[in-house]
This record gives sequence, structure tokens and C-alpha cells, in this order.
Amino acid sequence: MWVIGPIGFTAPLILWALAALPVLWWLLRAVPPAPVRRRFPGVALLLGLRDDDAETDRTPWWLLLLRMAAMAGLILAFAGPVLNPVQRQPGSGPLLVLLDGSWADARDWPRRAERIAAALEDAGRQGRPVAVGLLADPPAGPLAFQAAAEVRQRLPSVTPTAWEPGAAAVTWAQGLTGGFETLWISDGLDRPSRAGVLAALESRGPVRVFETGRPVLGLTAPAHQDGTLQITARRAGAGALADTNVLAIGPDPSGTERELARAPVSFAAGDTETTVTFDLPPEIRNRVTRFELEGIRSAGAVALADDSLRRRKVALLSGREDREGLQLLSPTHYLRQALAPVADLIDGTLTDVLLASPDVVVLADVARLTVDEEERVADWLAKGGLLLRFAGPRLAASDLGRAEDDPLLPVRLREGGRTVGGAMSWGEPRRLAPFAEGSPFFGLPVPEEVTVKAQVLAQPDPDLGERTIATLADGTPLVTRKPVGEGQVVLFHVTANAEWSSLPLSGLFVQMLERLAVSARTAQPGAADLDGTVWQAAQLLDAFGRLGDGGRLAAVEGATLGAALQTGETSPRLPPGLYADGDRRIALNVIGPDRLLGPSVWPARIPVEGIALAHERSLKGALLAAALLVLMADILATLALTGRLRRGVVAMLAVLMLAAPQARADDALALRATVDVVLAHVITGDARIDQVAQAGLKGLGDILYGRTTIEPAEPMGVNLETDELAFFPFLYWPVTADQPMPSPAAYRKLNQYLRSGGMILFDTRDADVAGYGSATPEGRKLQMLAAPLDIPPLEPVPADHVLTRTFYLLQDFPGRHVGRPVWVEAAPPDAEQAEGMPFRNLNDGVTPVVIGGNDWASAWAVDDRGVPMFPVGRGFAGERQREYAWRFGVNLIMHVLTGNYKSDQVHVPALLERLGQ
Amino acid sequence: MTTLPPLRGLAETLGATLPPLLAQAQHLAATIILGEHGRRQSGMGDAFWQFRPAMAGDSLRRIDWRRSARGDVPYVRETEWQAAQSVVLWVDGARSMGFSGAKARPPKSDRARLIAMALAILLLRGGERVGLSGGDVPPRSGRAQIDRIAEGLLDEAADYGAPRPEGLVPHGRAVFLSDFLGDLAPLEIALGRAADSGVTGALVQVLDPAEEEFPFDGRTIFESMGGSLRHETLRAGELRQRYLDRLAERKEQVQALARVAGWQYDCHHTGQGAQAALLWLYRAMERRR
Repeated sequence: MWVIGPIGFTAPLILWALAALPVLWWLLRAVPPAPVRRRFPGVALLLGLRDDDAETDRTPWWLLLLRMAAMAGLILAFAGPVLNPVQRQPGSGPLLVLLDGSWADARDWPRRAERIAAALEDAGRQGRPVAVGLLADPPAGPLAFQAAAEVRQRLPSVTPTAWEPGAAAVTWAQGLTGGFETLWISDGLDRPSRAGVLAALESRGPVRVFETGRPVLGLTAPAHQDGTLQITARRAGAGALADTNVLAIGPDPSGTERELARAPVSFAAGDTETTVTFDLPPEIRNRVTRFELEGIRSAGAVALADDSLRRRKVALLSGREDREGLQLLSPTHYLRQALAPVADLIDGTLTDVLLASPDVVVLADVARLTVDEEERVADWLAKGGLLLRFAGPRLAASDLGRAEDDPLLPVRLREGGRTVGGAMSWGEPRRLAPFAEGSPFFGLPVPEEVTVKAQVLAQPDPDLGERTIATLADGTPLVTRKPVGEGQVVLFHVTANAEWSSLPLSGLFVQMLERLAVSARTAQPGAADLDGTVWQAAQLLDAFGRLGDGGRLAAVEGATLGAALQTGETSPRLPPGLYADGDRRIALNVIGPDRLLGPSVWPARIPVEGIALAHERSLKGALLAAALLVLMADILATLALTGRLRRGVVAMLAVLMLAAPQARADDALALRATVDVVLAHVITGDARIDQVAQAGLKGLGDILYGRTTIEPAEPMGVNLETDELAFFPFLYWPVTADQPMPSPAAYRKLNQYLRSGGMILFDTRDADVAGYGSATPEGRKLQMLAAPLDIPPLEPVPADHVLTRTFYLLQDFPGRHVGRPVWVEAAPPDAEQAEGMPFRNLNDGVTPVVIGGNDWASAWAVDDRGVPMFPVGRGFAGERQREYAWRFGVNLIMHVLTGNYKSDQVHVPALLERLGQ
Repeated sequence: MTTLPPLRGLAETLGATLPPLLAQAQHLAATIILGEHGRRQSGMGDAFWQFRPAMAGDSLRRIDWRRSARGDVPYVRETEWQAAQSVVLWVDGARSMGFSGAKARPPKSDRARLIAMALAILLLRGGERVGLSGGDVPPRSGRAQIDRIAEGLLDEAADYGAPRPEGLVPHGRAVFLSDFLGDLAPLEIALGRAADSGVTGALVQVLDPAEEEFPFDGRTIFESMGGSLRHETLRAGELRQRYLDRLAERKEQVQALARVAGWQYDCHHTGQGAQAALLWLYRAMERRR
């Protein structure tokens, strides 16, 4: 390849042909455009006239230039020009194709795979051994260099991972031995491990880097802010435009996953971070399972939603609402304070709030429920509700759950309760014992200042121990829990206000509510928050942002997960995804809150190639097209010079228009056929017959125009194969012995036409010399033609057929021939003549076919002046016969257009008579 | 009938075109209502004109006894005066007349022949004697003369036609149909001789619209229909004005020649209908000085 600037030529030798251009110049210059020869008698007057300016009869310079440009374009095109040619340098020795293999690779993965394949192909041609490695998932053991073809077979199994290479990558790179060249397929993101890996690789041999240069975008975890959802999008590098949308995706009411909301993302110039705000109604917000950047397939472009997004619906009910104004003493005041920022609170009566299907119902010191309410709550509990009860004076005073296990209380209660450390009692207020392992509160620090002055006491039942999840220092249960169906009942043995204990005043109260999944936290949990919990991966993200099953992964300590949530560091041990602990869900997203995306920076000594930066592109097609255009212009210019421009332009336009006319012709036909009523005949292929049919329909049209309100336009010939039939109410089909059989497609159209109310008049024109049969060639042809048609049973026109009286009263239907029966659709067998009616009450609708052999078209036919074309019969009798033929035509068209209207008319007297009664 | 060898071929080609030509000419002639051509005075003729009372000096033989028997006064039967004129037609058959500027238009020769035939039919119907110049078809009356005239209208090999004054009947009428684009000297001679022998008539210049407009442009070689003349130009468009000037001058000359000889002149274009020209010609023949 020969390269000048950004353009290379694959066949540079052809460029020598450019040297011939001056010769061409000389040749073209010598040959003027050919003159037109015209025969013109007026030349005698022209003799002696001279042209005004004696221009040389050579080609004008601009035309020459045009032609030279065309030739030069052709030569250049065939020399194989390539823009931004890739210079492939031969290398030697083993080649390591190293990928970052992170989620950022996923977006352009096909192009990276292409590049790897190309590198493997090159290596295969040069006989170099190759190894492929992922930094994010470093292969164990020493590098295995193999033949390129073998590596190529394994290439499809190389896929990026959902996490980024970490410190392990550096260790791995430093452990490599031997000398090799490295092609580093980079994901384009800056990260701390890069420098170390690069140094290790450079000590082994030259390093080349490949990057696509497309911007990397990512989403961080969504968060609540002032009642709206906020999600931050980041990008690496401030340069490239990256406007897209953030989609909120979740199940719709029917359970199908779909886009629930979308918001545009646009980065201000120079910014690498932008915040998108979703203002969603709670119903929809709680459905959102993940956010995605539209059109980007990468784990980084997905932010999974977890509990922190869900705002539970909590119904607060208390037994005492009579003490207005004493807010601090209200049983629900502290609950309200604790839950208002993180949950949607519902107020109302118990029956009402249950209709809103809350996640949690809080009963603060409510002792008695009606039987109906109890049943409803039990139902709701069984379906997964959480009933949170607080004790209080009323509960203590009632005999609820004294004797037997109450379904809505976790334990049986002892009468009265107890008071400790009060003014009138011995002892001090009790503190809380540390939470036992197995309790949902395990790991929460117990503050010293929380004391309990009064509580209700549980009956020491056998299962009291397992139902207790928090105790006082002296071992009496403070919080008890009982599963009911899929839901649970939790009882705080103290009040929800500060009357009996200082628990509602402490931070522990909020944390306990959180752990009970009553509320959700607004910030990402830290290591300390999750201490003592164990999390199981429920769903894991792959590099392309798809959620998969997480079953095989070992459970993770809460502390580890908490740390990862803060740093955003993911690894094969802790891949991004959705982690579950009981009812709680935590999403570990690819991009942590602190992870800023930055473009990778390479030292100047490392050659970096990219796809988007300089794409190799062949210019041959463009140049050939340009040369062709110039040649076209040359044609026009030459035509203009010789005065034949107008014709030339017309011809060119004709060529250009060749594509369009089909549709236009169809439209024109449709328009012509539908503006007026148009009678049509089938084109048989016999010019004479077709002409007679056309003239016949014209004659019939004239008669109709003159005598009736039907004003048909010029009749049309219809080609069964190509034309649409639906426009025509009536088809006249002269049968000739040698007309071609219509194609199956045409028969489909014909059947459709007959079914949708069209009528065909078959005319064998043979005077039906032998009755219906195969005596004449036309008769035989008619049988063949009609066989595939959807024709009902036929009968000769009965005397009371509506055809005999649609306009004229007729009993005979002559054409050029007289008196043969004409066949129409048979009357239904149950048609009966009603009493006093002249006609039978016949079938609805129009007979789809009329078959006869009287050669009506010839009788109807008129020439341009409106004079009949053919003699009919003899003398006056003949003219009378023609008149009857016309009348038959009028009746027929009337029948086609009005159906059995006339048939109904005869019933009018009967109808009137009935109305009179 | 200038050349004998291709006689048969000529006759056959002509025969092929004759029926349509004749039919067209008949149609055209049918559009002119006859009757104005009568002399409107009594004289020698076949058609009845009037009965008038016999006067002194009327020959006894002229009294119409059948009419006179119905009254007391003898009547004389008068016939309308019929003076048969001799009209000689010359239709230019040269190759320049074969020109047509557009596919849809007939060549000039077709139009010239059509007009000539239609005129001949009209005149013959009016009882005149019609013939062709050149002496091959001398003026005669009668329906058979139509066919003889039709057969006598022949193509010539020359590029431009020249009128043949032979066969002109002294004190008769003559009609020359041509494009008059060739040399005018023969026309001048012919008109001179015609004027000498007291022949009056009409010149009809038949031109194609293309010849009137000169719609050409670009580098062109113009050739006469036979190829004897040629003219090359690089910019035909620029010649247009000068050509039109020359054409106007040519028409002027022809008109001047006609005026000098006491003839009438009309210019007919093949783009127009033939009827107008026929009507003009018919009136021109009727006009008496």
C-alpha cells in the first residue's frame, strides 16, 4: 500500500494512468461535439449566413475539464483509495491479547471481539502463538500460548465480567514470565491498577493498546431526596456528547416487566456528572426494580433498586384520640416522627386502611377489635402483612390474650403488667439486654440511656423463648414476634410514646423499626449498619446489565457487603447484584457512590489504536459515484451544446421515473373507475371481441344515461390478472374459445369479487345452438372457465325473477340472438308464493352470475357517432329486438345496482294494508 | 409522367395513397356548400332558370309549350348561364414539399395535394374544367377527371419545384401550390407567360410551422431534402432572426410577383386546418374582375 497523508492506495500502479490524461486532453480537444444533421427545406434561405463569432469548432474548455475530472476520478477510484489506512506492522514472538474484561467493555464488545479476531488472524498468518487473558478474571497458572486457530475457537467463550480488575490483576501481571508482545484491549476507564499492570507488561515486551474511544457512562444507586427519586449519571471524559434517557423499569400490574418512566440525561459541557430526578407516584415508585441508561448494554448503565427505594405504606392506628392538643403524649407521635420521612403513612379506620393494602399496620395501645375487623386483619396477615402492636394502659387493662392465644398477639399476656422504678415502687427502671444471636436486632448497639419503667408481661408459655426477640436486662421479654401465615405479628411490650419507656426517644427505636422492615433507610447502609447480618445473593448482574440467578454464590457477611457498598468495589467474590436477608433487599451496584469515572491515560510511548478515532474506509465507491455523476453532467452539457438538451432531459426524466409509474397507474385506474359508475368488460385478448364489448357497454351506457338515473362513465376493459376488480359493479365477460385461463391469483380475486356482491355476465355469443352443454367451443370454454369459480346452483330465469321487472317488464332477453334461456342463481327451494302475491318472496341479494349466449354486446354496440354497429334481425322487427336487448341491459344494470329493491316493492300494498290495521 | 421506367412503381405507391387522399378530398369538399358558384343569370346551360313571357324576337322554338298551355301567354323557358372555366392546377411535387416539422403533422405535399384535389372536386362539381399544368392532364370536366388528376399528382426528384407554364389555357384560371422556397426565376417566367396569355389565378404558399419558427439550436448541419444544398452552423439559435427576416422577404417577393401578374396570394401552414385554405381558394376562383 502506498500512502499519501491520510489516504492510501491499494493498487498504486494504476495511478500511472493519470499520466495519460494530457493525451486525453489533446484528443478530446481535437474532437468537437458532433453536429446534428437536419433535413430542412428552408436551407435555401440560410445559404450565405455566417455565424456571428467565429468560435473554433473545438470542445469548450469547461467541458474538457469536466471530462478530465471524470477520467481522473475513475483512475483514482480503481487505484483503490483508502482513508485512514491501517498500517499493519509485522511482529514476532508470542502475543498476549489482554482484556480489561470489565463491565465497561460490554458496550462495545462486538467491536472488541472483532479486533481480537483480527489480531488472532494476523498472528495466525505470521505463525505466532497467542494467549488471551482477562484482567478482571486473571487466569490461574502460567500463560498458555497456543496456536492462533485454537485460541480463535475458544474466543466466543471469552466474555467480560461485571466487575473491574482490582489489585489482584497487578499481582497476576507481576507473576508473568517470559517475553511476549502485548495487545491490550482497554475498556477506556482509568483505575489505580493500570499503572502497575502496564509496568509489569512492559518488562516483558512491547505493549500496544486498543481503545474504542466511545464514552463510558454509568449510573449510581438511586436515592430519595425531598420526596423524589434522584439518580446520578456519570461519564468518563467530558468531551463526547452522551445524551440519552434513564428508564425506570419494573413489573406492571400484570407482572410483565416494562418501562415505567423515563427521564432525559444531558451532560453540561465539561461536566462528568449529572443528576436525573424522577417524581413518581408511590404505586409506581415501589414497582421500580432497576434504572437503565437507554441503549447502553452494560452493567454500569444499570442501577438496581432495593429497599432504600421502597417506601412502605404504614397504617397508624391508636386507641386513644381523645386527648387533643397533647401531641407529645399521643401514642403515635414518635412513630409518626420516625416513619414520616421514610414511609407513606395512612390514617383512617382499620377497615379503610386495610383496603389500601398497607405493608404494615401499627396498632398503638389498641385492645379490642370487632370480630369482622379481626377476621380481615387475620386475612391480611396471612397474605404477608406485618402487624406491629404496642402495649399501653388499655392493653394492660383488657383481658386480651389472657386465657388463650390471641391470633393477633404473639404471646399470652399476664394480667396487669408491671411497673418498675416508679415513685411508688421499689427498684430502678430496667435497661435492655444485648440482642441475642438469631434476633433481627442482632448487632445493634444497645445504648445505656434506654430504660423501661413499665411493661406488660408475657405468660411463660413453652414457646415464649423462641418468640422473644428482645429482652430487658432481667430477662423479661420486651419485643415478641409470631409468624402468622406469610406475615407476622410483633408486639412491643411498652408504649409507643415515652410514657412507659425511653425507647421511643432513642435512635435504637428507629433502627429496630428498620430491621423489622417497617421503615427503610434513606442512605446507603455502612459496614456498621449491617454488622452481624448475613446476605445471600438473590440476583446477580452480568457485564451486559442482565439480571441472572445468584444461587451458587456463598453468603456474604453484612460487614463485607456494607464496606463494598461504600467503596463500590466489586470482585468475583462479591459481584454486583441484589442481596437478600429475609425480607430485606440490598442492591450492590457496579458504580459505588465514590467511584468517579475517568478516561484512561496512557504514556506517550504506548501506541494506542482506536476504532472510532481513525476508521479505515474505502473511497472507491464514493469516487466511482462521483465520476458517474460528472459523466452524467457531461451528457447534459454535450446535449446543451448541440441543442438537444430538451429531448435529453425528457429521456433522463423518463428513465428516472421508471420506478414510479406502476403505483401511479394503479391510482389513476382506481380514480377513473370510482369517480363514476363504470361498466367493465373482461379483456379476452381477441382485439375484435374486446372492441365490440367496449362499444356494447358504451351503447348500453348511453341508453342508461338517456333513460335512467344511472349515468355511467366511459366503460373500461379489465385485465383479470393485474387490475383490481372491486371497483366495478358489473363485468361483461364474452367467452371466446381460445382465451387464456386466468391464473389462480386471478380466480381468487374473481371469487372475492363474486362473494362481495359483484356480478359477471357470461356471454358465449353462440346463440346457444345446442342448449347448455359442450356443443360449441365457447360452451366448452365456459365450462372450463367457470369450474374454479364460486358459483351457486343455477336455473333458467323464472318468470317471477326480479330481473324481469327491475325497470322494464320483460320476459325475454334477446341480444343479437333471440330466445335462448338465460341462467341465474336458483331460487331457494323454500321460496313460496304468498297468498295474493304475484311473485314469490325470493332470495335477497343479487345473482352473482348471469349466463347466456345471446351476444348482447353486439346488439348494444354503437360506434363513435352513436349509431348501432351491427344489424340486428330484419327491418322493424330487428330494431324492436335491439330495443329489447337494450331493455335487458337496463334491467340487468338496475338489478346490479339496486338488488332486489323491485322485488320488495311488490310487497308495498301488503305492508300498507298491515299498517292500516 | 416525366420518367417512364419507375412508372409502375410510382403508380403503385400513388395508388396506395390515392383512396385516402380522394376520400379526404371528398370530405373536405363536402364542407363547402355549393350554390354560390352559379352565374345567377340566364344563358346557355342545362339547369332550369326561369319562365318568362315570350317577347317579340324570341324564336318559336324556345317557347315552352307545356307551360304556355296552362295560360294564355306563351312562355319561354330559360336556362341558367353556364360558362365553363378552365382551371389548371400545379402542385409542387418536389422533395422539399416532403418536409414535416413534427411526427404528427403531415408533410407539406400531402396538404397541398389535399387542397388541390378538394378544389378540383368542387370545381368539377360546379361544371368547370380542371386539369394539371404540364399538359399531361389537360382540363376537362366530368367526374372521371378527378381520378385522372389524382393520378397526375406525382413526386418529383428535384429538390425544389418549378412551375410548368405549359398547359395553361389562355384566359383561364390557374392555381399554383408550392412552398416557393427554391429559385424564384422559373416562377417569375411562368407568371409572366400566364399574364401574357391572360391567365389569372392564385398562389398558395404551403409552409410547415417549423419553417416559420426555426426552432433549432446548437451545432447543426442543415441539408435540403434532396441533399443538394447544405449549410453548417455552430449556433443555429443565433441564425433564427436572420432566417425569419429572409423568409419574410421571400414571402414579400412572391406576393409582389403575384401582384404584378394580377394573381392572388395566400400563405397556408400545415399546422392549421385545410378548410380555411380551401375556402379562400374557392372564393379566389369565383372572384371576377
